[in-house]
Amino acid sequence: MIPETFLAYSIHAGFALVMVSLVLAFVRLARGPSFSDRVVALDMMTVSIIAFCALYAVKTGVSSYIDIAITVALIGFLATVALARFAERGIDRDRTVTGKSPAEMVAAQTMGHEEEREP
Amino acid sequence: MIEIIAGLCVLGGSGFVFIAGLGVYNLPDALNRMHASTKAGTLGSILTLIATALLFGESSVTARVIATIAFLLLTAPIAAHMIGRATVQMQRMRDDPPSGDPRKP
Repeated sequence: MIPETFLAYSIHAGFALVMVSLVLAFVRLARGPSFSDRVVALDMMTVSIIAFCALYAVKTGVSSYIDIAITVALIGFLATVALARFAERGIDRDRTVTGKSPAEMVAAQTMGHEEEREP
Repeated sequence: MIEIIAGLCVLGGSGFVFIAGLGVYNLPDALNRMHASTKAGTLGSILTLIATALLFGESSVTARVIATIAFLLLTAPIAAHMIGRATVQMQRMRDDPPSGDPRKP
């Protein structure tokens, strides 16, 4: 097979695989049961978009798409770190992750249910 | 010759990105999904970036590709560590830990 033909076919196959991966990550982002699942799916979408930018730079011959890949990587890292810190800090301030209001938590503590887990 | 090497890099990288997406969709837990996304996804995008650097063959493109790869290799473990810590803290704060949980006294 001619090398250029092989490269063209592999780029087409690569586009298909990366797009399927992006769609799967988006489905996980929409359906994810917990907050961490959604953050992980967003991180996965960032990585897929970086691979997509590299493939598109190869396909079109425009090297500026590499700059887009760098920028997307930076923004994705900042978003992931911000969301992870938001999740941790939201737990530390008031423990409403469990679905209980703070008044219910206080009531549960006075009734002695929480003493099993507290040191 | 360089087209064949770059084509193999493109195919391998896209395959790894696809496997990472499949793992994020299919694995049962948030920590397992993070494992798939961090390792396989990073390897796949690094392979496609290497293919880009091979095909362009210019020093400016190669420098940008090396910067992107270094940035990915630096930030992916940090992001995964922070998501993992947040996930474990959320599981600890959950009301009823499972019965086989070693953290349960």
